[in-house]
Amino acid sequence: MLIKVTTDELRPEEAIAAVASPAAGAIDLFLGVVRDNNLGRRVGYLVYEAYPSMAEKVMAEIAEEAKATFGLEECAVLHRTGRLEIGETSLLIAISSGHRASAFDGGRWLVDTIKKKVPVWKKEVWEDGEAWIEGPESMGMQQAPAGLRG
Amino acid sequence: MAYNRPVTVTVLLFASIAEAAGARRIEIASAPGETVADVRERLLTERPALRRFIPTLMYALNEEYVRDDAVVPDGATLALIPPVSGG
Repeated sequence: MLIKVTTDELRPEEAIAAVASPAAGAIDLFLGVVRDNNLGRRVGYLVYEAYPSMAEKVMAEIAEEAKATFGLEECAVLHRTGRLEIGETSLLIAISSGHRASAFDGGRWLVDTIKKKVPVWKKEVWEDGEAWIEGPESMGMQQAPAGLRG
Repeated sequence: MAYNRPVTVTVLLFASIAEAAGARRIEIASAPGETVADVRERLLTERPALRRFIPTLMYALNEEYVRDDAVVPDGATLALIPPVSGG
């Protein structure tokens, strides 16, 4: 399984190669990319910060769970940190599976769960200021799903 | 006995709370048997300005999410995790 937090540019070919399997009839690829606007504000660039060792551990746990739940062949999950410009890829996921339905379903679940649980943060930088985004999708902002809130 | 020795905890801070603290890593001396909430109170005694971050924080002990009633072992790394926003 390819799991990585890195400051390097994310390359889809690397993720696709990592999930190649003779048993796979489908490979699903997801790229999270930096958008130039959020909630009506123009975004100049983003800065991502991670707790890298824990982020990789949580990403691996989520990928294992996705494989078991959706019967996937392989998963690759890569998250980039540091300064990212508009259009650059921040999150790269590839999934291989026997058939397309489980690849799409597993991929959707994987992205959603990563956004809730992996210790990574983004800061938006605008022309006239900046702010850390405290994700509305984070489990820290929701009803404690696993009873993890104190 | 070891029970009387102080327990050293390394507290890691990230994103908004790290910026507010001006630090990413703070060593805290606590006592055996103390919980995440106890260590958090010790930190807030030193740095009361961080209290506003508490309502939305999650906690990880040695890279595993825990509740704030988890006991902190000696030498543990306690991460204060603001709401995540990766992806």
